[in-house]
Amino acid sequence: MAMTIHVDIVSAEEQIFSGAAEMVYAPAVMGEVGIAPRHTPLISPLKPGEVRLDMGGGKEEFFFISGGILEVQPHVVTVLSDTAIRAHDLDEAAALEAKKRAEDALHDQMSDIEIAKARAEIAAAAAQIAAIQKLKIKR
Amino acid sequence: MAGAKEIRTKIKSVQNTAKITKAMEMVAASKMRRAQDRMHAARPYAEKIKKVVGHLGSAHPEYKHPFLLERPLKKVGLVVVTTDRGLCGGLNINLFKRALTELEKWEQHQIKFEAVTIGGKGLSFFKRLGVNIIAEASHLGDTPEITDIIGPVQAMLQEYEDGEIDAIYLISNHFVNTMTQQADITQLVPVEPATDEALAHHWDYIYEPDSKEVLDSLLDRYIESLVYKAVVENVACEMAARMIAMKSATDNAGELIKELQLIYNKERQAAITQEISEIVGGAAAV
Repeated sequence: MAMTIHVDIVSAEEQIFSGAAEMVYAPAVMGEVGIAPRHTPLISPLKPGEVRLDMGGGKEEFFFISGGILEVQPHVVTVLSDTAIRAHDLDEAAALEAKKRAEDALHDQMSDIEIAKARAEIAAAAAQIAAIQKLKIKR
Repeated sequence: MAGAKEIRTKIKSVQNTAKITKAMEMVAASKMRRAQDRMHAARPYAEKIKKVVGHLGSAHPEYKHPFLLERPLKKVGLVVVTTDRGLCGGLNINLFKRALTELEKWEQHQIKFEAVTIGGKGLSFFKRLGVNIIAEASHLGDTPEITDIIGPVQAMLQEYEDGEIDAIYLISNHFVNTMTQQADITQLVPVEPATDEALAHHWDYIYEPDSKEVLDSLLDRYIESLVYKAVVENVACEMAARMIAMKSATDNAGELIKELQLIYNKERQAAITQEISEIVGGAAAV
């Protein structure tokens, strides 16, 4: 039997694949790499693309990934797959959006707390008015 | 019999409340199981990436990433993970208490701080405190995705890279078991290199294209995975806490109904007794 290498494909949200393969092909940023058993330790970011596993006997498995990181040790290959499409600009845009949301929330006078506070103040004022009117009637 | 009718209405309304709390309890229980599954599903990635980062942190590659360097603390960032909704017992309150002791400590050492909040409760609390909130994410629902948290985490990491803040902490609820959730604070950045037995013999990876680029993308993902794990765990905590809170509310409603029933019976008995004595009294008078 041919030599195999253990492959783990995991994303932050779930485990996608775990098992043995004879050869692993992954879309590294520098170009596609093929990993055979007893490959020297390697670590590389991955581009969006296809991870192909040669299962032996002409059987193949395909996994689409939207980027991630490939870690190779002599007997284990780990693909840390992204679930989101990543790019520096996109990350920055997401960061800006999150910042903007916080700013909006801070400046927004009509947020939940403000409404609750305003309601409490109105209730207090209404009670005061009612009390004053009662006093007036008594006089 | 005016009193009796009032009590009857009250019993009805308590019964209705109990029905609602019972339903919420059951919904929370089933959601908790699913949240726990997601928590377990996220574990392999987190463990793997932690191992790799631990290795990189102490393998001394030629490039020292800023996320691995300790700086004197002048200002720190706090990532706060809370729930969006209430009715989950003391879950958020306990977390805020823990956060406040930490903030006090920083204040004593004249360390300034700012926050990123994930979850609506944290946002409103820190807003009221007057802490500077640089980014937020809320209404993530019961199935948070990593895309939801990239923004706020990146916002904080940028501040760190710009030298605005010197450390980032994460405060979140740790799921001990269904009955217990614990507010925990952990240091995200600088990354504390994990001690690994494999490091005894020094070997290093081949970095492709170079160690800088690999470390950049790896560390970002590492920190995101930690925050994601906290967010998923927090959902499980929320559901567990809500389940317990709603269970005790349902139990209390049951007690209340029992007491009210007793009062109602007494009232009814008193009314009957009075009626009989009136009839007897009337008959005697004739």
